[in-house]
Amino acid sequence: MEKLIALLIAAPLLGAAVLLVGGRRLDRVGHWIGTLLSTASFVIGLLLFADLLGKNAEHRTLIQHLWTWIPVEGFQADVTFRLDQLSMTFVLLITGVGSLIHLYSVGYMEHDERRRRFFGYLNLFLAAMLLLVLADNYLLLYVGWEGVGLASYLLIGFWQHKPSAATAAKKAFLVNRVGDMGLSIAIMLMFTTFGSFAFGPVFGHVDGASQGKLTAIGLMLLLAACGKSAQVPLQSWLGDAMEGPTPVSALIHAATMVTAGVYLIVRSAAVFNAAPDAQLVVTVVGTVTLLFGAIVGCAKDDIKKALAGSTMSQIGYMVLAAGLGPIGYVFAIMHLVTHGFFKAGLFLGAGSVMHGMNDEVDMRKFGGLRKYMPVTFITFGLGYLAIIGFPGLSGFFSKDKIIEAAFAKGGTEGWILGGAALVGAAITAFYMTRVMLMTFFGEKRWQPDAEGHEPHPHESPAVMTIPMIVLAVGSVLGGAFFSIGDRFLKWLEPVTGHSEGHSPVSAGEVTIATMVCLVIGVGIAWAQYGRKPVPALAPRGSLLTRAARRDLLQDDFNHVVLVRGGEHLTRSLVYLDHSLVDGVVNGTAAGFGGLSGRLRRLQNGFARSYAVSMFGGAALLVAATLLMRAV
Amino acid sequence: MSFPLLTATAALPALGAVATAAVPAARRTAAKWLALLISLGTLALAITVLVRFDPGGARYQLTESHTWIRDFGVRYELGVDGIGVALIALTAVLIPFIILAGWHDADPLETGNRRWRPTQGFFALILAVEAMVLISFEATDVFLFYIFFEAMLIPMYFLIGGFGDRAHAQGEEAAATQRSYAAVKFLLYNLVGGLIMLAAVIGLYVVAGNFSLQQIAEARASGSLHMATSTERWLFLGFFFAFAVKAPLWPLHTWLPNAMQESTAPVAVLITAVVDKVGTFAMLRFCLGLFPEASRWATPVILVLALISIVYGALLAVGQRDIKRLVAYASISHFGFIILGIFAMTSQGQSGATLYMVNHGISTAALMLVAGFLISRRGSRLIADYGGVQKVAPVLAGTFLIGGLATLSLPGLAPFVSEFLVLVGTFTRYPVIGIIATLGIVLAALYTLVLYQRTMTGPVKPEVSTMPDLRVREVLVVAPLIVLLIFLGVYPKPVTNIVNPAVKHTMSDVQKKDPKPEVEAVK
Amino acid sequence: MNPVNYLYLAGLLFTIGATGVLIRRNAIVVFMCIELMLNACNLAFVTFSRLHGNLDGQVIAFFTMVVAAAEVVVGLAIIVSLFRTRHSASVDDASLMKL
Repeated sequence: MEKLIALLIAAPLLGAAVLLVGGRRLDRVGHWIGTLLSTASFVIGLLLFADLLGKNAEHRTLIQHLWTWIPVEGFQADVTFRLDQLSMTFVLLITGVGSLIHLYSVGYMEHDERRRRFFGYLNLFLAAMLLLVLADNYLLLYVGWEGVGLASYLLIGFWQHKPSAATAAKKAFLVNRVGDMGLSIAIMLMFTTFGSFAFGPVFGHVDGASQGKLTAIGLMLLLAACGKSAQVPLQSWLGDAMEGPTPVSALIHAATMVTAGVYLIVRSAAVFNAAPDAQLVVTVVGTVTLLFGAIVGCAKDDIKKALAGSTMSQIGYMVLAAGLGPIGYVFAIMHLVTHGFFKAGLFLGAGSVMHGMNDEVDMRKFGGLRKYMPVTFITFGLGYLAIIGFPGLSGFFSKDKIIEAAFAKGGTEGWILGGAALVGAAITAFYMTRVMLMTFFGEKRWQPDAEGHEPHPHESPAVMTIPMIVLAVGSVLGGAFFSIGDRFLKWLEPVTGHSEGHSPVSAGEVTIATMVCLVIGVGIAWAQYGRKPVPALAPRGSLLTRAARRDLLQDDFNHVVLVRGGEHLTRSLVYLDHSLVDGVVNGTAAGFGGLSGRLRRLQNGFARSYAVSMFGGAALLVAATLLMRAV
Repeated sequence: MSFPLLTATAALPALGAVATAAVPAARRTAAKWLALLISLGTLALAITVLVRFDPGGARYQLTESHTWIRDFGVRYELGVDGIGVALIALTAVLIPFIILAGWHDADPLETGNRRWRPTQGFFALILAVEAMVLISFEATDVFLFYIFFEAMLIPMYFLIGGFGDRAHAQGEEAAATQRSYAAVKFLLYNLVGGLIMLAAVIGLYVVAGNFSLQQIAEARASGSLHMATSTERWLFLGFFFAFAVKAPLWPLHTWLPNAMQESTAPVAVLITAVVDKVGTFAMLRFCLGLFPEASRWATPVILVLALISIVYGALLAVGQRDIKRLVAYASISHFGFIILGIFAMTSQGQSGATLYMVNHGISTAALMLVAGFLISRRGSRLIADYGGVQKVAPVLAGTFLIGGLATLSLPGLAPFVSEFLVLVGTFTRYPVIGIIATLGIVLAALYTLVLYQRTMTGPVKPEVSTMPDLRVREVLVVAPLIVLLIFLGVYPKPVTNIVNPAVKHTMSDVQKKDPKPEVEAVK
Repeated sequence: MNPVNYLYLAGLLFTIGATGVLIRRNAIVVFMCIELMLNACNLAFVTFSRLHGNLDGQVIAFFTMVVAAAEVVVGLAIIVSLFRTRHSASVDDASLMKL
């Protein structure tokens, strides 16, 4: 069975190659080729899943060794795939949601002349993402890691003629590269510590390594995760990444790629378990981000950026859970999967709204759309209920567990983390209700655009609504399906390990507290956006609101310190290179030039002055000879 | 006596150069085809070398040895180790693409000029450079190496000074002035380096009594030749200076941006991808091979200079407005990586450095040649003159992006393997330097993506709106290079297999062992 | 007479010749002074020959005379052609290595 693993990756990779190299001949069928190959990958995934289910829980790891990649004295990297419960979960999520979004894109990108290329990039993304989760060593994982970064770059900047899209793409790649630096340093540290960076040898020998090295590896892995998963302080790219087509935001910047950081941390559980200091930092990063993203999400009027803030915040929950150690790993992944469903659904809903509204993204220009787009409204609404944690829906199960686990951390830390997670839940309820109300309720607020075209909101075609419906079903049932009988826990436990903590508050109390937070959040949002009409122009807002609109000034900080500073640095270096380094050399040359100019004057052409120098020279020689003889 | 394969490999392009130069003025196209055929023939010979070379065999293979100047102990000695084979293959692979890419670079300005001879000269000079580079990779006699190391400057001087980009913003006369400035700068820098090396070569003769790499190494190993520590260090510095100019290492780098900026793209590729590699190659073969103690002594300083090259080159690349200058500074950054890998004195570092030489050759060729196609279409080297090319010439933009991604060492493409090996090799011995060098990967992304963004994306500029996409000849140049980049990125084993044993020898030359990991997880 | 006196005379003649070469501008005079220097050398050679009791110096003196004669031929020809083009025999006028 393990022979099939490579096919998982090969199918979309083939699609990418065919679509990108094939040229215009494939324009008419390209999107179907892409969708077909992505679905093929999903089917192979299902086959493998069935195979794994048929095995004993202890033997659910398939290894496929393809070839030795980099063989150098003392350094060996292999192209080896590992399919275990963790990667299987991801494979199904990636190919499943990925195929749905391929299908959705067929409709969404219908009028784009470069649709074939879009599907080529999407296929490339799938291949890279699958490589990321299937790799059996960190270096191969790194290939997938950067591969998804490349696909993300290409897709964010898909509408390259827009300078903002091109800039956003570049920014995403660069910020991610900072994270990648972390990953490569982590790999180098592993190599110096263990002489290997393959999962087996590293995880098997954690006990022998020094605490300092392990903490360093953990922190570097966290840096990598921060870059890819848009965690503070490397979160600034995610909002801008919304410049990409909406299916991309749904697939890459909500459901799959941005969760790669969580995968990395959970995959490296053995390292983090042995490095409590690094774990603490992970929880802090997660907590800060979950609040940061939530606050940013409250202030955005752009529906996609509001959702992006929410994504950041939800991944913050996952990172927090992953940082809690064996108590949290399973729930981090569970929340990741359910989030994959409802957030992809929400984004597709947002895309559907934009599709019907001439690509308008400003929620202040929506309003009352529930009448015009019933399917979108219902699916979006279900996703909304799922994300705020409405009892019975999937977000309820997964988020609740994380909050519980946070309290179970114990001590003051437990209270702080758990408290922050609860506050986050309240804010989530607030901003999601805000999005819901501003978009689908109230009076219609749209106006004709500059050219006098009035938007005619309409429901999207079936090719787009079907994926939304499927995802909505997943958002509703996923959590319950996973949680009943602890199915998900039992499935993942052999890989990640699990321990029950002793929580100072009981599960029931946590649920009640969460519900209270939810009601408070929804209530405030209702009071502000439901009861009174939404102004078409954004009010000035408080200081916090204004800061949140600017992503809490993170970009301004980056701009002033990094961009400006960098510009000054490079400019002065260019100047120095010219004037100093080159100047020294040119100065030497000029010096020799001047010297030879002087010497040239001796050659004046007057025979008698030559004669003088001849006599002088002869006299000198004679004098020197005499002098030597005398001495 | 067996067939002198190495001599033949270098002699074929040398003879080809003469033959190409002798083609009558009016038969310009015939001269081009002749040059291309000769370079393909050389490629065939180089492949034969590759096949005949046995990685598990003796250190130097396919050796040839004849007395040349008996009185001074100069011998005509050739032989290749794995590192030499890899670089010979690189050179032989790149030259046909360089010739093909420069197909029209030396055509007469007005058509029908029947007495125009520079076309023949252009291709003859390229072949001459190839011959000299090849023999530099093959020579195991220091004097023989030195002669061709220096002689290379002559054809390069004419290639830089004689042939430039066609349309030039400031007019042909200003362009000619800048070209000759660049050519003279190139010549002087390398000549000064060469002269200092000459002094060291003579010094070596005085100490050792002959020029043979193998004899000297054997004599040193057996103890029959003793070099005083200070002598060894001075000689090392003499050799290293020349190689550091050629490589180029900060702060001896400023000739490269000028030379690459002013010459045509194929010649720029010839400089950075082929000729400069002789410098880094010679560091491995001569500096480490002849003066191991001095190499270890100089390591800290060289590592710091290499590190400065990496960061400084990348930062300057970010600040450039000229496409070719940008690539030149990027190359300086990459040469920093190569030198870092060589002097980190670990197996991974040195294998990585050798691999880096090969991969950098291919990736720079891909990027620079596409940049050359771009420049020839618009007649400007300034980044600001472009914008939105992606829309009008998607294939050109796509290949440019792949070249750029190779330059920023995207995993999956060949340069990643070598860059990572160099970083790992450095990190195991010098963690701090390794970490700072990692900054280079962020900066590389910055300058590449800024270049791509400014030239290829955004609204289409009116001047580029009629730009044609890549032609068949141009696709033939770029496509194989891209295939090579992907192939060697996924499966670098063919190269590492021949390089590894040679690196083992070099490591034993300098008497260094790889640091052991903290926990031995793999036996 | 003490042969060393001839050496003094040779030195004197050489000095006169050298001074003439340095301070006179007329090419003919410069030329004559050069001849004077050559002959001073000849005198010294012959004297040394006498002092050392062998013939080497005398042989060289003959050589010098032959060379001097050849030089006179070439030199005078140059001076004459210079005079023809410039109507002057001043050496300072001929400072450019071209006519």
